Amino acid sequence: MAKILMKGNEAIALAAIKGGIDAFYGYPITPQNEIPEYLSKHMLDLGRVFLQSESEVSAINMVYGAAGAGKRVMTSSSSPGIALKQEGISYIAAAELPCVIVSVMRGGPGLGSIQPSQGDYYQATRGGGNGDYQLIVYAPESIQETIDIMKDSFNIADYYRNPVLVLVDGLIGQMMESVDFDKPVKERELPEKDWATNGTINHPGRRNVANSLHLDPYGLEQHNIHLQKKYNLIKENETAFELVNMKDAEYVIVAYGTMARICRSAIEMLNEKGIKVGMIRPITLWPFPEAAFDEISEKAKGILCCELSMGQMIDDVLIANNGRHKVGFFGRSGGVLPDPEEIVDAIVNFKDKVVK
Amino acid sequence: MRVKYEKSKGLTDTPLTYCPGCTHGIIHKLVAESLVELDILDKAIAIASVGCSVFSYQFFNCDAQQAPHGRACAEATGIKRVLPDNIVFTYQGDGDLASIGIAETIHAANRGENITVIFVNNAIYGMTGGQMAPTSLIGQKTTTSQDGRDQAHHGNPIKISEMFATIDGVAYLERVSVHDPKHYIKAKKAIKKAFRYQKEKRGFTMVELISTCPVNWGVKPVDAMKWVASDMIPVFPLGVFKDKGATNE
Amino acid sequence: MNSANNIKVAGFGGQGVMMFGQILAYSATKEELFGLWFPSYGPETRGGTANCSVIVSNKQINSPVFKNADHLIAFNAPSLEKFRRNLASDGLILYNSSLIKEKIEECDQLCVGVPINDIALELGNVKVANMVMMGAYLELTNLFGDVTIHAIIKKILGEKKAHLVDLNKQALAAGKDFVKKLGVQYA
Repeated sequence: MAKILMKGNEAIALAAIKGGIDAFYGYPITPQNEIPEYLSKHMLDLGRVFLQSESEVSAINMVYGAAGAGKRVMTSSSSPGIALKQEGISYIAAAELPCVIVSVMRGGPGLGSIQPSQGDYYQATRGGGNGDYQLIVYAPESIQETIDIMKDSFNIADYYRNPVLVLVDGLIGQMMESVDFDKPVKERELPEKDWATNGTINHPGRRNVANSLHLDPYGLEQHNIHLQKKYNLIKENETAFELVNMKDAEYVIVAYGTMARICRSAIEMLNEKGIKVGMIRPITLWPFPEAAFDEISEKAKGILCCELSMGQMIDDVLIANNGRHKVGFFGRSGGVLPDPEEIVDAIVNFKDKVVK
Repeated sequence: MRVKYEKSKGLTDTPLTYCPGCTHGIIHKLVAESLVELDILDKAIAIASVGCSVFSYQFFNCDAQQAPHGRACAEATGIKRVLPDNIVFTYQGDGDLASIGIAETIHAANRGENITVIFVNNAIYGMTGGQMAPTSLIGQKTTTSQDGRDQAHHGNPIKISEMFATIDGVAYLERVSVHDPKHYIKAKKAIKKAFRYQKEKRGFTMVELISTCPVNWGVKPVDAMKWVASDMIPVFPLGVFKDKGATNE
Repeated sequence: MNSANNIKVAGFGGQGVMMFGQILAYSATKEELFGLWFPSYGPETRGGTANCSVIVSNKQINSPVFKNADHLIAFNAPSLEKFRRNLASDGLILYNSSLIKEKIEECDQLCVGVPINDIALELGNVKVANMVMMGAYLELTNLFGDVTIHAIIKKILGEKKAHLVDLNKQALAAGKDFVKKLGVQYA
């Protein structure tokens, strides 16, 4: 199929359909409204489920229900809405149910703004929900990459019985790009959902229960150990990143999403100035690609972490760097998008940006 | 020898965890018997809520999910929309349904979700140790209303069935009690009817059951049953609040 | 064509500014180039000024954000004022001279005024002013040919507004003619 021009949010919705979504539950919030709007138009025609819930809290619990029933289910929201979903997300992760959550980030904290932001790195990777759980967090940089990830996201969720969070900023949601929906999806052998709560008529002799309550401390500890084993497996298998221009790079930028694309242009400009700059672009934010930092030349003068926030991913950059190189930070927040020239300046004046 | 009585096949062999004199056990039995008698047990999915009935997923002999506090009706909606031919019911207390989960419950009712809500109202938070509930009576002493519930300070007990009777999506709604055999028989009929309506895809059904909590009320089991009749039912009058089927038939 | 064209389109809400930008991005996609469009979104797009950024490129687009545009298409005076300082030195300003009457001072770039409202009114519908602008823009930049633009316009108008296709084509042609008569050249 030839490429088509499509808005990010609508592309997310169509990619979800192509990825095999059975049901969508969500509540309106800018800047992600085109996702439920598109699905409300197309899901019913396809004989699938679309329902606008009364709140984000309700939406995520509808997701819990349908995921437990063995269906491929998704919700989408934006920053304050994702905050409301955190309780449910913790329960879903604890009950080991697969689902896909899309967060189209806007400026924060509080009601913030509706402009693009990456202020929810902590929310995505540390979780606002309680307990030791992890989401598999993808941070695509373009609409094309968002589509490719969305198409695979239900498979990944099903494979690991874990929620997948696709984290984009408002710009990716609102812009239009030329995209191709026909790129093949990685084949995965998916286990049968023999745990689904779809009535004992479908699995005679065994009751299926979706639950996150374990009052016996030793039992709960065993459950946590089991979850950690799974998270370690995910780290091993699914950590994804891209290395850009890393050979002999004097400086290395670490950036994801829209910020990474802005940095790509900055890197070209810097090369024209004779400054060799590379980039580590995490595609999964959790698991964070720590191994990528081994690719940084020993002679490198420093690492610049660039974010559309006041500095959140930098925590992981510092951990991954482990004291090897100087680390600097460049960030814009509140919905302000820097132009590539600002990144160029930050590299040229790296010493002013050093935080550790 | 002839078997005169046996435990319903709708219940597992797990011993109930409820206190002596609490009527959760009776209500569990009525729900279980109804599912068996309507031959829908193998299609049923129970939603356990937060509160004393949090463990009900261990007791009902069918598939089950355990919901976050107040979210049972959202979870039930999520399931029922993708499995419309299954039987989905929630089992919720007054704190769960009438306080933290009232939005989810109202909207599920308003959408006419074809689910059944078993609402157990004992006018107190049992699991957490006897705090004031939205349904606690005026003057009722609880650990968080130690001088008794004061209308001016706490407001009046919320009347869920009266409220939900105004919602178009509700197909059947009755308030019943299980404090004596006469009322017990009526309660069974109500629960069975609610599930039958769901089987017939008629819309949202709810049965509110006046229940007891002798431990947190600080009374003996027998006196708890008496208190239901003397104090609770006058505030929460029994009866059918809505029955769409009746007008159709 | 340059390897990439960064285009800023701005005006009042309702002047067809967003559509102008989207047509360029659709055309790029149709010609198997890379197209990117993004709007200033939110409350400011209602009633106030509206603007969008477009990138048309023959290679993968990196930054969606650019500091300086190569081309500024200004549909009203506030837009011209707001964005003219962020323009490449060899850039192009195309503006709506029906609404911007004053002479543009201190302009190093090529500045071309087209009375798009007046031309559209002569054609019988002020709503096609943006297509007059499109005609003028394409005449100056040769970014896309008529076959592509006509196909995109037809697709966007759809069956419901199919009767407006000819009017839009006339508007494009009128914009092109105006620039031809001016005799100015760019690129």
